[in-house]
Amino acid sequence: MELLSLSAVELATAIREGKTTAVEAMKAVMERIDQTEGQYHCYVTVDREGALRRAEETQKKLEAGTLAGPLAGVPVAVKDNLCTEGMLTTCASKILENFVPTYSAEAVRNLERAGAVLIGKTNMDEFAMGSTTETSAYGVTRNPKDLEHVPGGSSGGSAAAVAAEECFFALGSDTGGSIRQPASFCGVVGMKPTYGTVSRYGLVAYGSSLDQIGPLCKTVEDCAVILEAISSYDSKDSTSMDRKDTDFSSALAEDVRGMRIGIPRDYFGEGLDPEVKTAVLAAAELLREAGAVVEEFDLSLVDYAIPTYYTIAAAEASSNLERFDGIKYGFRAEARGLHQMYKATRSQGFGSEVKRRIMLGSFVLSSGYYDAYYLKALRVKAMIKKAFDDAFSKYDCILGPTAPTTAPRLGESLADPIKMYLGDIYTISANLAGLPGICVPCGQDGKGLPIGLQLLGDCFQEKKLLRAAYTYEQLRKETAAGTGER
Amino acid sequence: MPNIITDDTIEYVGILAKLELSGEEREQAKKDMGRMLDYIDKLNELDTSGVEPLSHVFTVQNVFREDVVTNGDGSAETLKNAPEEKDSMFVVPKTFD
Repeated sequence: MELLSLSAVELATAIREGKTTAVEAMKAVMERIDQTEGQYHCYVTVDREGALRRAEETQKKLEAGTLAGPLAGVPVAVKDNLCTEGMLTTCASKILENFVPTYSAEAVRNLERAGAVLIGKTNMDEFAMGSTTETSAYGVTRNPKDLEHVPGGSSGGSAAAVAAEECFFALGSDTGGSIRQPASFCGVVGMKPTYGTVSRYGLVAYGSSLDQIGPLCKTVEDCAVILEAISSYDSKDSTSMDRKDTDFSSALAEDVRGMRIGIPRDYFGEGLDPEVKTAVLAAAELLREAGAVVEEFDLSLVDYAIPTYYTIAAAEASSNLERFDGIKYGFRAEARGLHQMYKATRSQGFGSEVKRRIMLGSFVLSSGYYDAYYLKALRVKAMIKKAFDDAFSKYDCILGPTAPTTAPRLGESLADPIKMYLGDIYTISANLAGLPGICVPCGQDGKGLPIGLQLLGDCFQEKKLLRAAYTYEQLRKETAAGTGER
Repeated sequence: MPNIITDDTIEYVGILAKLELSGEEREQAKKDMGRMLDYIDKLNELDTSGVEPLSHVFTVQNVFREDVVTNGDGSAETLKNAPEEKDSMFVVPKTFD
């Protein structure tokens, strides 16, 4: 049995049936990490000894019958902005180079309750600000599908680790597409749930009104099972929603008959790579043949999502990142006097993209500009939300590309921030409107780089998305088997 | 009209953000912020009069709980990552002479 090619659910089943053990699975992951991590650099921290110890403990509990979680024994990688008790958590920033949390994020604890075994922490854009994982203070992550290309971001390490089989699944966070876009670039499944579904307790905040934690994994089935495990109502997160419908794996049926799928014309205009367009429309055609009602419509306001997002995200970032002051945790620069110490610590501790967003955020919130910029963005956000409400009164899902292109080459994106921000055009509005979104692989371009299909749903309608995504994934497998391609 | 960010503005933002920029960083920051604001100005194409600002996507109210202590004394954990501590307190550089 080739352990590493198993999905998370398949591995959990094999462990439960005694065909392999949690320890063997973790050893296989470590061997793979030894072989490939030098090239890809998916992780900031690999906790080798701890991971094997935890795997042994998990295996003992499984054998004693005291642990029966759906992910029991499955090795997982966690993005480095989720706090892990006793394990370095850097947010890929120098300012947290020595931060070892004394508690774990609620989503991590939920995973542990489900039996998953933590491997280590994945690389990311510094404080999740970026779309390529190139703003990390600890070096870039390379795309396992092509080393000269970025893995996407900000959860690039998580997506690359899944694609490279350096873990069986991973957690990421998504503020403007940071799970879905790297999933698209690395050819894996990634999902951002409805805002409030997964507790943000222990997630280092970037844009609090936009941030959500979600899975990066190999299959839609894994996605449903992981999401079910990490979702919970949590009084420690005041925006947590008390949902009764988080039995997401019940949605895994191959059936889209009668499902209404809308394709926004505005998602297929200028800037969209023709190969991406062809692959995404072919996916829509498969769903239509399977009985979905697919039609085009005008979503509107698409071009306003990015400026709205960057105003709100920067404002929230400037406020959230005030806590990094060299007093309570992390890096402290030597300087005379308190005020100088604050300034020196932050100026030396933060990278340039983080500073750029903090400055912009401070400006749009400052007196005299607050109404013109920040409040204006919140008004446009209301209009964007309304546009989606209208769309979801007609459609069960919105289908489109996850990103306008496949993964760019390393070093191409950072020179022009606005161009990089434009790459978030299809993912960003889901965060503004709180919607769930899933990315599923739907082909590759001429260079062999993966293309991702994005499905967006109305708030709390993850099950519809999972059903459509699962159906598409199965159909694609059948079609590929029929024509002999992968 | 393109946004021109002056030295005074960048100085003021630096005070708000507690960031100190070197000469080169400063010039780049002025350029970057100007370009971003030009881009954000696109929102002015939209008439938003009568539209209420939406800060939270769901109509949820503030979450209250009984004022009862549920966590124990976490002072040791709280101080564990402090760059400098003394007698269960954070140590900061001298603030006045």
